[in-house]
Amino acid sequence: MLARLGKVWLGLILVFLYAPILVMAAMSFNASPYYQLPFEFTVEWYEKLSENRGILRAAARSVGIAMVTTVIATVLGTAASLALFRYEFRGKAVLRVLLFPPIAIPWLITGTAMLVFFFGIGLGRGTPAVIVGHVALALPYVIVVVTARLATFDPTLEEAARVLGAGGWTVTRRVTLPWIAPGIIAGALFAFAISFDQFVVSYFLSEPGDSTLPVVIYTAIRKGFTPEINAVSTLIIVVSMAVMLVAARFSNFGGER
Amino acid sequence: MAGGTAISGARAGLIALLSPAYLWLTAAIFLPLSAMLFFSLVTELPFGGAEWAFTLENYRAFFETPTYATLLWKSVRLGLIVTVVCLLVGFPCAYVLAKAIRGRAREALFLLVILPFWSNSLVRIFSWAIVLRGNGVLDLGLNALLPFEVDVSLMFTTHAIVIGLVHSYLPYVILTSYLALQAIDDNLIDAARSMGAGKPTILWRLVLPLSLPGLVAGAVLIFVPVVGAFMEPRILGGRVGTYYGTVIEDQFVAVYNWPLGAALSFILLAVVLFILAVASPMLKRAQA
Repeated sequence: MLARLGKVWLGLILVFLYAPILVMAAMSFNASPYYQLPFEFTVEWYEKLSENRGILRAAARSVGIAMVTTVIATVLGTAASLALFRYEFRGKAVLRVLLFPPIAIPWLITGTAMLVFFFGIGLGRGTPAVIVGHVALALPYVIVVVTARLATFDPTLEEAARVLGAGGWTVTRRVTLPWIAPGIIAGALFAFAISFDQFVVSYFLSEPGDSTLPVVIYTAIRKGFTPEINAVSTLIIVVSMAVMLVAARFSNFGGER
Repeated sequence: MAGGTAISGARAGLIALLSPAYLWLTAAIFLPLSAMLFFSLVTELPFGGAEWAFTLENYRAFFETPTYATLLWKSVRLGLIVTVVCLLVGFPCAYVLAKAIRGRAREALFLLVILPFWSNSLVRIFSWAIVLRGNGVLDLGLNALLPFEVDVSLMFTTHAIVIGLVHSYLPYVILTSYLALQAIDDNLIDAARSMGAGKPTILWRLVLPLSLPGLVAGAVLIFVPVVGAFMEPRILGGRVGTYYGTVIEDQFVAVYNWPLGAALSFILLAVVLFILAVASPMLKRAQA
């Protein structure tokens, strides 16, 4: 009895989580610009979207920033994870704790702090500043995911390769990296998702008229929204959910985060 | 001698691997946070040759103008409400996932619960605006089903903000509770049952205490960002959506009083750090 009730509860929660997203997606195919029912199918809003240069430019910028962020955060994060895995040294515990602030401090605080600091050092606002910020937010996640994968790696394999005469870089490239590749791929996908979906930090760091997709959407929503926004939002949800599904396949999704 | 070079070689490798990531974090997180403390203590931004001096004026503004303290309290209260709702709704759900469903179904359902959380939070808040607006889908749907006329315009109310935020952060508490619950040995529950403990006793004396670290972790992960929320109240709250976070946003994007904004941000950071410090013994237990 109780178990059945529990399953009903779980079902209700899934409805709560997905219903608004599905409604939003449905409305992007509805003809009425004022979200009136009855539903009448159209792809008009997607056509309008494909002609909206402002949104297309912002989308291209968002994807570009996410790709650059992914490459930098994955390389730096994997390197740091290897160091944390291989070496014993004083202060290691502190370095692990230092990964926590970028995750735990609200983005409003980090974002505004970055804004004033980047102005102070002359970097100012704009795409480079956004990338610097995104990489910093993504790094801890990459390190956590790759470290989790490294925990399943047997360090004696590295030793064996070394005994057999392999040099340091060869050991890393031929033994360690292939083993942790799923973790690195998952970390990279997480980094992409964090950057692509990031709103708060981008909002404070991007130049007006030169901003990322979420910032453009936020501005549009506040002006009064149209089904075009539904269309682009639906596309964003599809992209980020697809990325995360792939990431979940590569990491065990034990629940980093 | 050879040992010496090996050690210094290892040291060089360590530094080469580690320093890029941590230098980046320093330049993009830790230095900005320190700089903000500095900016919160000056009269004018010291850029472009502006005259500036040290001052406590920005902090005095917080303590002398009751508006800021009132708004901070309003944000803290919002954080508490959202956290409690998420715990009450999410814990039973995590329990069902961890203890009542097995195998592939569990994996799939778990992924389904976590997935929205990794999608764009702004877009999800926007989707609630579509559902909740007057004459919106909820309104039309209820009126189509019910025999009498109802007017559910939740949009631009505190309820709308709470609903949107619960939607955003519910997966956190399900995730952390699920992990804690999964770690509880089923034999322990069977043993308690065979010794005559009833369901409420098992829940109160066994399951809840053992999953407490997970609940605390989830609560902190929800409370902290909600206190600093500004986008959700803006979109769903309209005129009632003025919170501490939106005031900080205004200082940076509308009023351009950066020193005051920095001081307000720093006060928020102090509140956040205080909460993390209070919760940290519990969180350490959760990690162990």
